[in-house]
Amino acid sequence: MNYLDFFATLLPETTLVLTALAVLLVDAAGLRELKTAHRILGASLVSLLGCALSVAFVCIGHGSSYLLDGILINDPLTRLIKVAILIPGMFTCLLTPGSRLRAHPGEYFCILLLAMTGLLLLVSSENLLVIFLSLELASMCLYILAAFNTTDARSIEAGLKYFLFGGISAAFTLFGFSLIYGLTGSIDLRPIAGALGQSTDPLLMVAMVMVIAGFGFKIAAVPFHLWAPDVYEAAPLSSAAFIASGSKVASFYVLARVVFTGMGGTTGVPGSHWMALLAILAGSSMVLGNLAALTQTSVRRLLAFSAVANAGYMLIGVLAPGSGGLPALAYYLILYSITAIGAFGVVALVEARVGHDRLDAFSGLCRNSPVTAFCLMVFLLSLAGIPPLGGFFAKFYLFAAALRASPGDPLILSLVVLAIASSAVSLYYYLRVLKEVYVRPVAGAEPAPIPDLPVIGLFILAIAVILLGSFPQWLVHAVESAQAASSF
Amino acid sequence: MAAWSIYISFIGAGLIAMLPRNRAHLAPWLALLSAFAGFAFALTGAFDPNPGSFHILARHSWIDAMGATYLLGIDGISLTLILLTGLAAICGILFSWNIRERAPEFFALYLALIGSVYGVFLSFDLLLFFVFYELAIVPKYFLIAIYGSTRREYGAMKLALYSFVGSAMVLVGLLAAYAISGGETFDLVKLAQHPFPREFQMWAFPLVFTGFAILAGLWPFHTWAPTGHVAAPTGASMLLAGVIMKLGAYGCLRVAITLFPRGLEPWGFSVIGFGSWQDVFGFLAVMGIVSGAMVALVQRDFKFVIGYSSVSHMGFVLLGLVTLSTIGMRGAILQMFSHGVIAGLLFGVVGRMVYDRTHTRDLDLLSGFRLNQALPFACAIFCLAGFASMGMPGFSGFVAELQVLSGAWHSFPLLTLVSGVGIVIGVAYTLRAMQKAFFTTPPPTPVTQGTHHEMDGAPITLPEKIGAVILITTSLVVGLYPGILLRWIDEGLASPLFDLLRQGGLS
Repeated sequence: MNYLDFFATLLPETTLVLTALAVLLVDAAGLRELKTAHRILGASLVSLLGCALSVAFVCIGHGSSYLLDGILINDPLTRLIKVAILIPGMFTCLLTPGSRLRAHPGEYFCILLLAMTGLLLLVSSENLLVIFLSLELASMCLYILAAFNTTDARSIEAGLKYFLFGGISAAFTLFGFSLIYGLTGSIDLRPIAGALGQSTDPLLMVAMVMVIAGFGFKIAAVPFHLWAPDVYEAAPLSSAAFIASGSKVASFYVLARVVFTGMGGTTGVPGSHWMALLAILAGSSMVLGNLAALTQTSVRRLLAFSAVANAGYMLIGVLAPGSGGLPALAYYLILYSITAIGAFGVVALVEARVGHDRLDAFSGLCRNSPVTAFCLMVFLLSLAGIPPLGGFFAKFYLFAAALRASPGDPLILSLVVLAIASSAVSLYYYLRVLKEVYVRPVAGAEPAPIPDLPVIGLFILAIAVILLGSFPQWLVHAVESAQAASSF
Repeated sequence: MAAWSIYISFIGAGLIAMLPRNRAHLAPWLALLSAFAGFAFALTGAFDPNPGSFHILARHSWIDAMGATYLLGIDGISLTLILLTGLAAICGILFSWNIRERAPEFFALYLALIGSVYGVFLSFDLLLFFVFYELAIVPKYFLIAIYGSTRREYGAMKLALYSFVGSAMVLVGLLAAYAISGGETFDLVKLAQHPFPREFQMWAFPLVFTGFAILAGLWPFHTWAPTGHVAAPTGASMLLAGVIMKLGAYGCLRVAITLFPRGLEPWGFSVIGFGSWQDVFGFLAVMGIVSGAMVALVQRDFKFVIGYSSVSHMGFVLLGLVTLSTIGMRGAILQMFSHGVIAGLLFGVVGRMVYDRTHTRDLDLLSGFRLNQALPFACAIFCLAGFASMGMPGFSGFVAELQVLSGAWHSFPLLTLVSGVGIVIGVAYTLRAMQKAFFTTPPPTPVTQGTHHEMDGAPITLPEKIGAVILITTSLVVGLYPGILLRWIDEGLASPLFDLLRQGGLS
């Protein structure tokens, strides 16, 4: 092993850590005297720069490297996922000035950047210990981000709930990992896969349940989703947005890696257990997420339940045998993170001028700001799966890939049927929001106008959602060739 | 060239959406221009060297990894229906000329809807077909929810959800067909040659057929249609009844019947008299014909009468499709065209000519207006359209329904008799509505005087007259000389797409 390789591979993460320190320094040294709003803006620009630099470093990486028996991996698919984590991260930085932080902007961005570092490390390892450590790094930061608004009791409650659920599930994960280590004598996924291939030990079942419980929490799959609505609703908006997008991408990717690489996919000998467990999670997430979203009046909570439902759909990609579902899952994750951050962006703009995120806050939005309204329509209809938006193609690609990988498998087929049936329900609650936006007149006094700059950012995201849905070939090709060149 | 009818509609929609506010009055003109251009492009299909036979309009690679291509084609069936779309679009815009509130958005949504309808009729790639099919849901929701009347938010949501559930069923069948055929292609022509296993077709056929037929008003999933039509603004209900319901019927024919013809074969056993899906759907279609007509007979709301009559007439389309005989199917396609024209006109008369002036659609109250004297043009047009709708020889409806019934006679003799009853009731409800709305002189009792409404004195405007004349003339021309359309339809039914169906005994 060459230390230069090691350093080159870690360049994006290093950049983020250095930026985190720089933000603290700049804020403490240069910005302390300014107004809070300006301090937030300054810190946000520095972090944005760091993220952009990090994206650039990810992009110039090439080839595949597999360092220290898989402690650190750098392959095309991982790089793609890293970009899919960093881009929502950048938009989170952009959203923060609007999310009513009261104090400590330097610390906020520092922790946000550290969370991104944790997520980047999380997706680039095949070592259970590194996975656990980076998962904890990211989670710790996210707990703090959720509770950052210390003057708001609900934010603290959200943070505390997130922390308690997270702590327990981390314990489960670690326990599961330790059992796996005990059964196989290894903490690297590939040797584990080799050793587990023949195992029929009942302890393995226990280990799997533990690991699934841990990851189920991170991806907010039913029944481990209980934290999600509260955190999405009450955390500072930019924290919620990042938890909904970047953190979700990373957690799903690492879940897929553990299942595909570590457990020999769902077709291995112990596969049936994985399959049954994940299928239960997937089915109940779709049904419960969509049904619970029907009655929400807070748009953030609505997005939380829609995220739960989407986690259910994405689990189908993990369930597809072999790794046939993987490119489709990657595509879905990328589209989902763009859409989620975009939807949260619109909520941020609306909240900033109306003061709450209940449905009636959105009424008459199309009169005040047609572009914002258009962006929201694109994001929500994409989540509902209306063509030609990205969300439709993501679902279509995912389901088609899963069915193609296992033609005639009743489990996959019934999950796909369930997914399509429950997503038919979802149109109702997305249309409820859009009804406020387009049909209802402005409620109450004319609210303040919406600033232009963030709208431009959202518009770019909306165009990306439209283009990626209408001309998916480019990204499909990217994920498929990345997977072909990767170690999965 | 016909493919340009799709693009020009979307271009028009985009231009209108971007109109500056002080130019809003240009919106209807721009919309009319794009609709005309769309119709003209559609009409070029009729001047091809061999109109009616299947040929490809555009083929580009789209999503290579999945085998989906951007494949547009046209055959006699598509040609008939895009001509209908063009006519309905033009007349719908003419009948929406009085929209002032948020007019640019209205016409932009309207053209987007038209564009996706053209897209559905011209797509010969299943994925592309589905994309256009679902794309139509969004504009129709907003058209009804923003511009509609009675219970518009409810009607719009119901319509959107019914359509979406239907397309979810279609999506399941489509994905399964894709996976079972090997996951190579979405090309409809290739898939239509693929011999899907019989057991698969047996469940895929009813699923996909029902999914599409929901939008065609299949009983008992038709309830979105009356509420949606009533809630919609006039232009939109003309499109809904005129074209959108045809999307469903077209999907039944183009996808369900073409891909899964063996799903119509006998099961080999019978449950309370039903021996195949053909029997089941034939029964449901006839139920639609009869129950739609019977419900229309007792409505007080003028628009509901027309709404339920649409369900009844679309029953003939579905019945014709499942007869699996050439004559029944060509009758069904002709009925799609005919009903599109006639129902569009009826909605235009009721929603625009009458309702916008009297502000009521209650048949009992309407009698207080003496509409035959106040609006003689509306009265005359409604009588003509009503006769056309009843199936008066000389209008298009007669030729179409006659063929459907003669096709159905071979497959379901008993049901054909029952649907004959439906026709008789059809005459009854049309005459009842006509008489109540236009020809009743109310007795001068205090009750009716108390509820007497003032009518806007505005006479029928020129755009309305032009639109009405176009539609009634079309119905008359097709009724007197159905050969112009039947020639294309027969060519369309003879195309290789229906090879499997013919092997299965299409007579």
